[in-house]
Amino acid sequence: MNLVEFQNVSFAYNKGYASETQALDGVSFSVGEGEFVALVGHNGSGKSTVARLMNGLLEPTDGNVVIDGMETTDRQKLFDIRKTVGVVFQNPDNQMVASIIEDDVAFGPENIGLDPTEIRERVDWALECVGMSEHKKGTPFRLSGGQKQRIAIAGILALKPRVIVLDESTAMLDPVGREEIMNVVEKLNKEEKITVVMITHFMEEALRADRMIVLSGGKVLMDGGRELFERADELTAAGLDLPVAGDVAERLRKDGVDLKAGITEPDELVEALCQLKSRT
Amino acid sequence: MRDVSFGQYYPVSSPVHRLDPRTKLLASIIYIVTLFFINTFTGFGIMALFLLIVVLLSRVPIGKVLRSVKAVLFLLIFTLIISFFFYRGSPENLIWEWGVIHLYWDGLWSSLKLCIRLLLLVMGPALLTLTTTPVDLTNGLESLLKPLALIRLPVHTLAMIMSMALRLIPTLMEETDKIISAQKARCAEFESGNIFKRAKAMLPVLIPLFVSSFRRADELADAMDSRCYRGAKGRTRMKVLKMRVGDWLSLLFMAALLTAMLFLRYNYFDWAFIAFLR
Repeated sequence: MNLVEFQNVSFAYNKGYASETQALDGVSFSVGEGEFVALVGHNGSGKSTVARLMNGLLEPTDGNVVIDGMETTDRQKLFDIRKTVGVVFQNPDNQMVASIIEDDVAFGPENIGLDPTEIRERVDWALECVGMSEHKKGTPFRLSGGQKQRIAIAGILALKPRVIVLDESTAMLDPVGREEIMNVVEKLNKEEKITVVMITHFMEEALRADRMIVLSGGKVLMDGGRELFERADELTAAGLDLPVAGDVAERLRKDGVDLKAGITEPDELVEALCQLKSRT
Repeated sequence: MRDVSFGQYYPVSSPVHRLDPRTKLLASIIYIVTLFFINTFTGFGIMALFLLIVVLLSRVPIGKVLRSVKAVLFLLIFTLIISFFFYRGSPENLIWEWGVIHLYWDGLWSSLKLCIRLLLLVMGPALLTLTTTPVDLTNGLESLLKPLALIRLPVHTLAMIMSMALRLIPTLMEETDKIISAQKARCAEFESGNIFKRAKAMLPVLIPLFVSSFRRADELADAMDSRCYRGAKGRTRMKVLKMRVGDWLSLLFMAALLTAMLFLRYNYFDWAFIAFLR
């Protein structure tokens, strides 16, 4: 059984009002245990709605969202669903609930009613995982965006969820902060075997996932691995920017340079170009 | 910008800092009650000495404690003058008389006592906030008010609101600074003109601040939901407050102090030495 299952899910904001907007339209996909999936899409493609559907903050207007066999429309199961799926949001400032870092991380475990020693262990472990242990007695206010977001991740991690959803959690960060988050997320996926669903519009980040789901206009446009980058035109048409190396390769190809499709890494491009040179 | 969320907390390690916040809250309450029973200079002297000892124990500079009086200085002087000028004593105590103004010796003493009481009333709780972080205070308050949950008072919710407010103060201040800068960049004037003009100039700051606070609250609520928050139901705490021997001894001492002051005031058994002290 898949951990996360979207079965023909539709969602409309302000259903039944004049301002009704269809955010998702018959979306189906599933995520298995241990996967690292990137969910990409242009603004308004409905990707943030997916995050909110995943832990029952929103209920689908049509179709089913099933988390580990539990439907999100079942209000009785909501608590268990949220223990299974942790969502990290975009703005780290709006996710902090306490003025002291360790208190903030403890918020989740406190809510699920663990005993104090276990909470303490989890808080220390979570902060260790994101590399913020030395700040645990401090306040979050003086930290950088990347550090704050790592604390937000620790706050979710302390609940020991099986799936972590990052809803554009790097969008407000500078390149350094973004790199910090990506490293933490990769580590969690590889070492702690946590399933990661990363919602982003940075294709460089999507590249680091094992699988990519492209959303466009509330529908799933593509779902697959690295080979999706070969369909560069479709990606650009969906409003997505190719990774820099891919973009360069694509422009060269259009100008008649004989390069293979689906180049994504700078090294790959360099190698391809060198081969081209040695051939001529 | 300093960390407002720490209030005026003075971060040193001392026996007073280490006390349980509940002890400090209760002790402050007993202290305040005691002050209202005192009406002699001897009594005030004892209380002042007690406060001095606690301040020394807390290793908070005395200046910091005295500074807390600044906020009520005007009130203090006003009270002193008013109660001195309008006191109606017996004619043999008259100091000076001019038209409707009569000044009496006992009026002077009673207004002085009033002032001393006010001073001590302000400085005691100031010491509480100097030695306890707002977070600890909130936790202590929640724990102390817990019995009220029986009469369906939402104690946990209130405490949560309070700690959330504390948590949001620095964020909102930062936001205000940003908005002010943004409006200044668009040639808004904040420093010139009379008070009405300036108040009006704040409007373009307050409205965006208001709007963003609502958005922030909304996102925060989502984040809290995502972290399994469902109110007090089934919730535990990482930091469990614990009363130690020192806490019980402190409370015992406070109770003894209150009793002693009650005896000093009412002299229940007509002890001669108390009459002498008065």
